[in-house]
Amino acid sequence: MAPFDLSAFGPIGTALTFVAVGFGFGAVLELGGFGDTRKLAGQFYLRDMTVLKVMFTGIVVAAVLVAGATAFGLLDMSRVWVNPTYLWPGILGGLVMGVGFILGGFCPGTSVVAASTLKIDGMIFLAGALVGVWLFGETVSLYEPFFNSSSMGRFTLADWLGLPVGVTLLLVVLAALAMFWAGGLAEQYVGQKKAWAEISLVPRHARKAAAAALVLGTLVVLVRGQPTPAQKFELLGEAARTPVAERAIFAHPAEVVALRKDLSLRVAVLDLRQEHDFNLFHVGGARRVAPADLARREVLKPLLEQPASTVTFLVANGEGPALEAWKALRASGVQNLYVVEGGVNRWLELYPADACVATPAAPAAAGEDPLGWRFAFATGSSLPSAWPELPSSRAFRSPCAPPASGEAHHAGGGKGRRWPDHLYARKVKLQSKAGVKGGCG
Amino acid sequence: MATTKDPRPYLDPYAAGALLGVVLFAAFYVTGGGLGASAAMSRVQTGLLDLVAPGHVDRVAYFAEMAGGSRSPWDHSSIWMLLGTILGGFTSGLFNRRLKLELRKGPSITTSTRVVFALLGGAVMGYGARLARGCTSGQALSGGAVLSVGSWAFAISIFASAYAVAWFVRRLWN
Repeated sequence: MAPFDLSAFGPIGTALTFVAVGFGFGAVLELGGFGDTRKLAGQFYLRDMTVLKVMFTGIVVAAVLVAGATAFGLLDMSRVWVNPTYLWPGILGGLVMGVGFILGGFCPGTSVVAASTLKIDGMIFLAGALVGVWLFGETVSLYEPFFNSSSMGRFTLADWLGLPVGVTLLLVVLAALAMFWAGGLAEQYVGQKKAWAEISLVPRHARKAAAAALVLGTLVVLVRGQPTPAQKFELLGEAARTPVAERAIFAHPAEVVALRKDLSLRVAVLDLRQEHDFNLFHVGGARRVAPADLARREVLKPLLEQPASTVTFLVANGEGPALEAWKALRASGVQNLYVVEGGVNRWLELYPADACVATPAAPAAAGEDPLGWRFAFATGSSLPSAWPELPSSRAFRSPCAPPASGEAHHAGGGKGRRWPDHLYARKVKLQSKAGVKGGCG
Repeated sequence: MATTKDPRPYLDPYAAGALLGVVLFAAFYVTGGGLGASAAMSRVQTGLLDLVAPGHVDRVAYFAEMAGGSRSPWDHSSIWMLLGTILGGFTSGLFNRRLKLELRKGPSITTSTRVVFALLGGAVMGYGARLARGCTSGQALSGGAVLSVGSWAFAISIFASAYAVAWFVRRLWN
């Protein structure tokens, strides 16, 4: 599934890919007249709407194609770079750039195209832009807090409006069409100096047909809908299924314990079980998440934005719900994600609680992911079994038998716990997100 | 009747826009990222600065991220895209007979005024593009197509600002 792993093309192949993409970009801008500063400036005196038409047609056509490719399972949106939103720096930067646009008559991309067709003003603008980016680098440290403020991460219009992607897209397309129509009228009135009576309110047939095709395409995307996490996982194909079949994503509880001692990592444990099982016992520091909530933005977004050194373990009583959650989160693009092998039931076999607190119990109902232990009371994460890596857990005295007199205050004395060092095969391989940034990122 | 030396007319803007959309989609489809130009400019600038003042580049965090120590600012996909953009513009200009060494300006200003304002506008634009984390192509176009909220807010501000200032500098272009 696209986008492709460009490293497979080799360094030269990668370079050529970007050259080819840039070639198309430069050629299209030149074809559209973006190398001519007077055409660009004309936009802001309402006589030539080329900038508006080319830019927003480009945006909506690409938006429909991207959403369409995602809807039909051709493109993995979780691996597509979406410019993160830094609202106020972005708005201020836009206001500054608007001034630069009207003074200099180009934007960075169009000045490159102008320069490439030997327009001297384009080359001078380009030189000015190099000075501008240099000045920014020298001065950004003076107001870095503002530059990094109002960071909202990956935040799309669909997220903001709380609407499905298809509906959002339709609104964007309709807004763009309305803008084209109004722009066309302004162009005729101001640019061609026509009287209002001469201006036709109805666009040409070819334009109407193109607009209808665009709306139709958008409706197809809307009706088709975006794939659910489960469908997305199927679309990922062999690359995602093989690690499950080979059990490469199932980490032994002792590996979780070992990694929790590694200060260079951040280990997160997500518990997918019912609340009452969670209250009876859970791995120390685990956070409970209902499987149904995994697709929700509030739950998913923090997982996607975790530091790259985070390893996330999913745990259930057995493995079933954790594996389903793994598939959904994997399809959504969460990195360094593993399932705790054998779940809480296996965990408690390896790091058992005292017999008066929990005893093995026959599973009540098969297939329901039952807790295989019967607890005398709810322990949460207060048992040593929840924190096997802590020295204090080893010194924890059993609540079952009262301590013999005389050794009451000797921590580590008496019947300190000695869990064996369990052997396991290492499964966790830390991967950093190989995200492609946009050319301007 | 146009002679063979006249430049060909530009493409219909909607047709050019649709082509641009296809190129942008292809960029997302193949590379996972959109189009852009200003990141490459920032790298070219840092690369040039690194030639004259490598110690300074190492000390300023913003430059050091691209060219600190043994890092090469040139080794980046955006540089290749910039090269492609130049080649693409050149090729299209060549085939459409628009390749001509000239300076374009509004009808009522002198060449030197145009030079000063192109330089000034470029500097303001370059500064703003880094502040906004992207230029018209990398932020408005690419981010707009994947419906990023920040990119749309940025696109609206750039148009709003240019329209607001246009009247005051109308002599430059009319």
